[in-house]
Amino acid sequence: MSTDSQQIAHHSPVLEFKSSTFSVPVLVLVGNDVITIEQQLQEKIQQAPEFFKNSPLVFDLQELNKHDLDINVTELTHIIRKLGLLPIGIRGGGAQQNQQALDLGIPVHSGHIARDGVYAANQSGTGAASTATSSAAPKQQTPEPEPEPVSAPEPQAVAATTTMITQPVRSGQRIYAAGDLVILAQVSAGAEILAEGNIHVYGSLRGRALAGVQGNTEARIFCSDLQAELISIAGNYKVSEDLNSAVHIRPVQIYLQNHTLVIKDI
Amino acid sequence: MARIIVVTSGKGGVGKTTTSAAIAMGLAKKGHKTAVIDFDVGLRNLDLIMGCERRVVYDFVNVINGEATLNQALIRDKNCNMLYILPASQTRDKDALSQEGVGKILDELKKDFKYIVCDSPAGIEKGAHLAMYFADDAFIVTNPEVSSVRDSDRMLGILSSKSRRAEQNEEPIREYLLLSRYSPDRVKLGEMLSVDDVQEILSLHLLGVIPESKSVLNASNSGMPVILDEKSDAGQAYADIVARYLGEDRPHRFIDDKKGLFGKLFGRK
Repeated sequence: MSTDSQQIAHHSPVLEFKSSTFSVPVLVLVGNDVITIEQQLQEKIQQAPEFFKNSPLVFDLQELNKHDLDINVTELTHIIRKLGLLPIGIRGGGAQQNQQALDLGIPVHSGHIARDGVYAANQSGTGAASTATSSAAPKQQTPEPEPEPVSAPEPQAVAATTTMITQPVRSGQRIYAAGDLVILAQVSAGAEILAEGNIHVYGSLRGRALAGVQGNTEARIFCSDLQAELISIAGNYKVSEDLNSAVHIRPVQIYLQNHTLVIKDI
Repeated sequence: MARIIVVTSGKGGVGKTTTSAAIAMGLAKKGHKTAVIDFDVGLRNLDLIMGCERRVVYDFVNVINGEATLNQALIRDKNCNMLYILPASQTRDKDALSQEGVGKILDELKKDFKYIVCDSPAGIEKGAHLAMYFADDAFIVTNPEVSSVRDSDRMLGILSSKSRRAEQNEEPIREYLLLSRYSPDRVKLGEMLSVDDVQEILSLHLLGVIPESKSVLNASNSGMPVILDEKSDAGQAYADIVARYLGEDRPHRFIDDKKGLFGKLFGRK
């Protein structure tokens, strides 16, 4: 990203345009009550405050517009910014909404949108573990947004990229994967692993594991030895105390059914 | 090629300074020129354990600030002429240390010494960070109890992500586990974590188990590294550890209840 400024020879251009693909969280709105939006957004942020801090965000109004629900973009932007997120785009808005966004310096993203609130899971390999480094993402505003590959939505929620970790994840360490996360070692108590897709842990899982952190309710957690402090799928969580001792220290899979975590032996 | 060893733990009071003194002495006794540095600026202890507190003129911070040369500050050990001590400053705090200054001193020491042992302060703040930052090998000193194990785990995470080797994508720091203050009797009673329990949580290469021993306190009070007390169990444990670190294959001792001949004959519990 910063390579363009590294070597400046005589009379050579001091800038160039490059096209990059970024992985950015998309906020898909399905209701237009701004107070509820603010409340629920805040709850989401509290689950992973460090991850959301100063994170760029694209908000998606297609679902609202499909049901003729209007929303004040100025007000929405205000809420998003107030909660510490940085809106960098609007998608699926009407003409008036797009104009409102542009007036606030928020670019309008063309192209169609993923269906059913599925998180757009397109990224090149580099995005695998670095989604959280959001500082560079606002650069996305500069190049003319060519239709992103987001446009061809597969109902497949899991990204093609898989992050593989072979070393133990120690207490205090935090791993974020934009796709699936496979850990071949242990995850210590006090460590935190997050993935937008599934999580597999082939050592003991003693830390916190959060799958589907972008709202993918189809994500699952698989582990060969469940001793976790907390498990969560798409924001539905259980702490260690709520875990039935029958599933403790066993190989299990965890998935979501009717908004409830189901833990099953495998 | 010189190797920098950090003796660290996260938690305080587990035996870092005792271990630093013992292994530095052990390495020097084996004929390797060794320096041991006290990183605990403001809470200087290593000089006491090494019995050189009355010969401290200049310290680590003086050298960093250019107020003394390294040679002026290094104290030669009175028991072994291959061992040198660089004491910490007692009147300053950790902010007196800088990454650049520490790096420069270590580079200079590397020219002359085979092993440089860095005695880390407790915690994960600046002093501990600088002690481990340049390390090639890490001795993780852990007591067989949950909070010590948790803190060691945290320290291992820091070693693998915030050290120079990690930042420059070099071969990672080699990590070794030293389980100290181990008491097989109490393990048997379920009052203490066993070697296996600790290994299960940390999954580290076990370099040695140091038994809980009166000789450690005696050694500290008399300013003689416990490894010099060849009759004591703790001294022997450290000698084993040094030998294993240098590549010798020695069976682990002090893990099981040590029954004397008398005990074996009469089935003493």
